[in-house]
Amino acid sequence: MSSILAPWARKSSARVFRAAIREQRRTFQVAAARRSDSLNVHRDTPENNLSIPFKFNAQNEKLIEEVLTRYPSQYKKAAVMPLLDLGQRQHGFTSISVMNEVARLLEMPPMRVYEVATFYTMYNRNPVGRFHVQCCTTTPCQLRDSDGVMKAIEEHLGIHPGETTEDKMFTFTEVECLGACANAPMIQINDDYYEDLTPETTKSILTALKEAALKTGASGGAAGLAGSAGQDEVEGKPSEKQLKLGGSGYSAQGASIPAPGPMSKRTSCEPLRGLTSLNSEMWTGESTLRKDGAL
Amino acid sequence: MATVQDAPPVQRQRGLQDQDRIFQNLYGHHGADLKSAKKYGDWYKTKEMLLKGHDWLISEIKASGLRGRGGAGFPSGMKWSFMNFKDWDKDTKPRYLVVNADEGEPGTCKDREIMRKDPHKLIEGCLVAGRAMNCTSAYIYIRGEFYHEATVLQRAIQEAYKEGLIGKNACGSGYDFDVFLHRGMGAYVCGEETSLIESLEGKPGKPRLKPPFPAAVGLFGCPSTVANVETIAVAPTIIRRGGSWFNSFGRERNSGTKLFCISGHVNNPCTVEEEMSIPLKELIEKHAGGVTGGWDNLKAIIPGGSSTPILPRSICDEQLMDFDALKDSQSGLGTAAVIVMDQSTDVVRAIARLSKFYHHESCGQCTPCREGSKWTEQIMQRFEQGRAREREIDMMQELTKQVEGHTICALGEAFAWPVQGLIRHFRPELEARIQATAKKSGGEMLAGGWQHDAGKHGMLISPGQ
Repeated sequence: MSSILAPWARKSSARVFRAAIREQRRTFQVAAARRSDSLNVHRDTPENNLSIPFKFNAQNEKLIEEVLTRYPSQYKKAAVMPLLDLGQRQHGFTSISVMNEVARLLEMPPMRVYEVATFYTMYNRNPVGRFHVQCCTTTPCQLRDSDGVMKAIEEHLGIHPGETTEDKMFTFTEVECLGACANAPMIQINDDYYEDLTPETTKSILTALKEAALKTGASGGAAGLAGSAGQDEVEGKPSEKQLKLGGSGYSAQGASIPAPGPMSKRTSCEPLRGLTSLNSEMWTGESTLRKDGAL
Repeated sequence: MATVQDAPPVQRQRGLQDQDRIFQNLYGHHGADLKSAKKYGDWYKTKEMLLKGHDWLISEIKASGLRGRGGAGFPSGMKWSFMNFKDWDKDTKPRYLVVNADEGEPGTCKDREIMRKDPHKLIEGCLVAGRAMNCTSAYIYIRGEFYHEATVLQRAIQEAYKEGLIGKNACGSGYDFDVFLHRGMGAYVCGEETSLIESLEGKPGKPRLKPPFPAAVGLFGCPSTVANVETIAVAPTIIRRGGSWFNSFGRERNSGTKLFCISGHVNNPCTVEEEMSIPLKELIEKHAGGVTGGWDNLKAIIPGGSSTPILPRSICDEQLMDFDALKDSQSGLGTAAVIVMDQSTDVVRAIARLSKFYHHESCGQCTPCREGSKWTEQIMQRFEQGRAREREIDMMQELTKQVEGHTICALGEAFAWPVQGLIRHFRPELEARIQATAKKSGGEMLAGGWQHDAGKHGMLISPGQ
């Protein structure tokens, strides 16, 4: 027995000796703060706990009915994502009560709803400000100076990513690619994309939004229903009218919010200095139909 | 190698005419409404197309040589034909076409332009592709951030229903076909086909193991096919103008036209439709106004969205933009999202940022990806500051090789490849950075980013160094 223990004893005594002559320091490993996401568990807070009731309003109930018709009747739970989104739009964020209500409506275990709500980043499980400013900093934006835009937002709002201003007006998050890379750098505020930014234009947008909110109570973006957003795009007269992109701007009671979309002279993704393609006369289906007569 | 190599396919045509571009409304020339769309050729002879039957439609797509535009470049005609397996018509289950509009690959912004400006091309495409695969309905899974795009698309769907173009007896062809829109909620991994199906079913978007392939067991347990927006949107035009017309662009096996998104350090970033196999240099100079500071100021290019390996300038000079040519350069066409970096760029930082992106977007299902993406991010952050040991570059290479191919979906490859590309082409830069830091701190760092004298200060460092 002693022969088996001997090497161990020798090693351990050496270790004790070494430890005695030099102090061992070891810091605790803590998980890095994940700023663009929030904690994956629920913690009861005054504004988010089980005792706060949540019901969908009449308008949203109609929408839910419509949404449910899109999925096979035996797969009701496929509607969990649109319903959580509606809940979030009505309530302001996806609280535990919203999740439970969705679970009840879709007859699924609440846990399955929690799984979905924690997996997707667009469900805010904590209250956000009236304007949720999401700045993209992934490589294509980074190359076009999203650092400058980040800094401008931080300076202007006085908060860091993941925080909300004291007046509950702005929440600022750093997000991953938002898919408008040819219009980089860009930020998303609620549902609207503001593209081709510079630090200056970023600040002017934030100023305009705050002013409008204080003067008129406007909250930007379309909460709940789509409203008239996008109407311009589809009701343009054929060919005569250049398509208006992004959402609509807003101007009332002495306040105005710039229309979303590129803040440069572009309307969308075309080259800034003149078209390099699609500048000849447009063609039609008849003129380009196949010649072999198959159709 | 003892194998017989094909002779390099020859370039057949140069200079794409406007007439041959498919997405006429790419820059918002006219409204996205049905009337405008019809005026410029959408929904023209759709009924005749549908009445031709699935075999003819698929043979037309096969003849066009169309390859999937979502990144992998799988031949579309073949993929669609998997849906019409033996005895498919005896199966009473519904069959689905799922359109992948969850565009999230950094650098890529083409599907967004299609959906907000040419939504009717996509809806008509759903109908035509759906007919070719004998689907009963289509789901368009659009990423949640594209709120206005979803609005435009939904309006277009409603217009098409009202006109009887889709729905019961679509276009008067006697074929019933529904189109539904489903908004995602911000998860890059849902761009993977099985994960997208999971997400559509109302679950967290974690990829499924294949087989069974979606064509056998897919959405709601029924046969389904997932295809990219661009693939679906070009289909009606291809069939209207003929497969051979589409096949006349680009090199053999890489035919057609393609939307290229040019971002980063160019004078005029833009999205543009060009023919396949266009030289990279020509693409950038012609449409994007050249690299900032001229072509000589170019440092590197990511040719096909963030997950394709980076190419240094020496390769970019002669590079053709198509699936095979880029594969030969050990990169890939991906989604044809060209990210240009000039000499002022910190490439290590650019790739480190991508590693952060993949760490954030890993779904956490497979260990190699969940842990590997985190390690990669941490090591890349150290590389960025030079806080590493030179042999850690090899360790990093090994780590990415360990992840590649050992995960359910392609996210493992997606975060391994950019790092491998960086090591392949910019190793001297990494080494220089490590040496500079070593010089500053008075000795080579220990592996793991510890100062060279950490042991003396009583820090608990990893053994064996």
